[in-house]
Amino acid sequence: MAQSKLWTAAPEWAVYAVGLVPAADLFVRAFSNALGADPLRILENGLGEWALRFLILGLAVTPLMRLARINLVKYRRALGLVAFIYVVLHLGVYLVLDKQFFWGEIGADIVKRPYITIGMAAFVLLVPLAVTSNRLSIRKMGAAGWRKLHRLVYPAVLFGAVHYLLLVKAWPPEPIIYLVIVVGLLALRFVKPARRARGGSPGLAREAVRQ
Amino acid sequence: MSVYRYPVPPASEITPKSVVLNRRAFMAGAAGLAFASQVAPARAAEKLTTVASPFSTDEAPNPLDDISGYCNFYEFGTGKGDPASYAGDLTTRPWTIEVGGLVNNPGTLDIDDLMTNYTLEDRIYRLRCVEAWSMVVPWVGIPLASVLEKFDVQGSAKYVAFETLVRPEEMPGQRAGYRILPWPYVEGLRLDEAMHPLTILAVGLHGEVLPNQNGAPVRLVVPWKYGFKSIKSIVSIKFTEEEPPATWNLQNPREYGFYSNVNPQVDHPRWSQATERRIGGGLFAKRVETQMFNGYADQVASLYEGMDLSKYF
Repeated sequence: MAQSKLWTAAPEWAVYAVGLVPAADLFVRAFSNALGADPLRILENGLGEWALRFLILGLAVTPLMRLARINLVKYRRALGLVAFIYVVLHLGVYLVLDKQFFWGEIGADIVKRPYITIGMAAFVLLVPLAVTSNRLSIRKMGAAGWRKLHRLVYPAVLFGAVHYLLLVKAWPPEPIIYLVIVVGLLALRFVKPARRARGGSPGLAREAVRQ
Repeated sequence: MSVYRYPVPPASEITPKSVVLNRRAFMAGAAGLAFASQVAPARAAEKLTTVASPFSTDEAPNPLDDISGYCNFYEFGTGKGDPASYAGDLTTRPWTIEVGGLVNNPGTLDIDDLMTNYTLEDRIYRLRCVEAWSMVVPWVGIPLASVLEKFDVQGSAKYVAFETLVRPEEMPGQRAGYRILPWPYVEGLRLDEAMHPLTILAVGLHGEVLPNQNGAPVRLVVPWKYGFKSIKSIVSIKFTEEEPPATWNLQNPREYGFYSNVNPQVDHPRWSQATERRIGGGLFAKRVETQMFNGYADQVASLYEGMDLSKYF
């Protein structure tokens, strides 16, 4: 059975439009002093958590195709770029509003604090992926090279989830749940699909044959 | 981070027994309440009679909404808003603190005796959380030393151990599917720290009875230590010869020491303690430098003379 057209009815830009609503909401409430006693913490943590959520959605596209035969590849670039926008906003709020450009303390944080080190590492890994998120880069690098580069998203998401876990006290459930999801989605990369069509993307090829 | 948690009451709470049994009394009371609500103020917190204290800071206190809406009280959940959401049902009467251990007159402290037989003082203190934020809190309390006097402490006592209530049916954090912290929450002070005039048992806030989420009906306040040392909803105080256990120290001894004095020079292993964010200043609040002993060095530094504070952190 072919995949229902409903899965891919929305245009790619809809991911940006919908995906950035939480950011707009957080900033509007932060600037209108509607985030409670500690608006900075809610804003900073909220942006970070949304970054992690969109990275996870991007990571779920391939397993969904292979295991549930739902092909959402059309939206993957947008999911990744929305995640990157959240990462940049999260980092920006940390530098500007939280650390207030105390560069000495920021430098010491990066060197001495594993959760900052690992968060920064995740950001650095994501930069080349965001920069090469266009057809021109795929053409210039070749599909194989481009795909190889974009495997950097695996350590980046893992670092993001660990970054969250490292900044909490005791063991609250949320960071543990995110880490479990991330590890699970990464582990699925190593599960071989039951039947692999010759060459190309297995899900797509199979659908093509059956149509 | 703000994840909405559905409040899931245990079966016993769905139809409170007292309501079922006392329906008539309840209905009669409701008639009276309908009248009273027309004249009562919006918030029904009880006003306390207090005297000022020279130990108070002249910094502007945070409003009650900040202090009662932004709390760490893991018995009610790990979110900063959880205590405000879930502590409303905590029963705070009757309430007694058992006092024992190395004393000649072991006994109990009743909360109502505590609130009527002692002079309640306004103590406006800085509060510095180990998470690197701070507030200014206008506590209402009694010096701990004056409360413990009558129990006649024995000469061999060197420490004081405190314990928080365990009541999972009213404390959702204690009945969570996994263990957030080992319960009961316990804390300890050296005897000289406990008897220091800055150390108080707080029973109120902003001139009113202590809100449940802030550790009602009675909690410790030790302003030169990180907030978690100021144990809430106390049910037991014991004098000991050995250093008593302290919950965060048990949970992670590398990160939380027994003393936990505010010290900008000794970082938490995962974050800096050099500066802090003052809650209530909004999105653009300037970071402020953390002071040694949270600004109480003149009064307490002598307690730690000759000690290596990076070792005894």
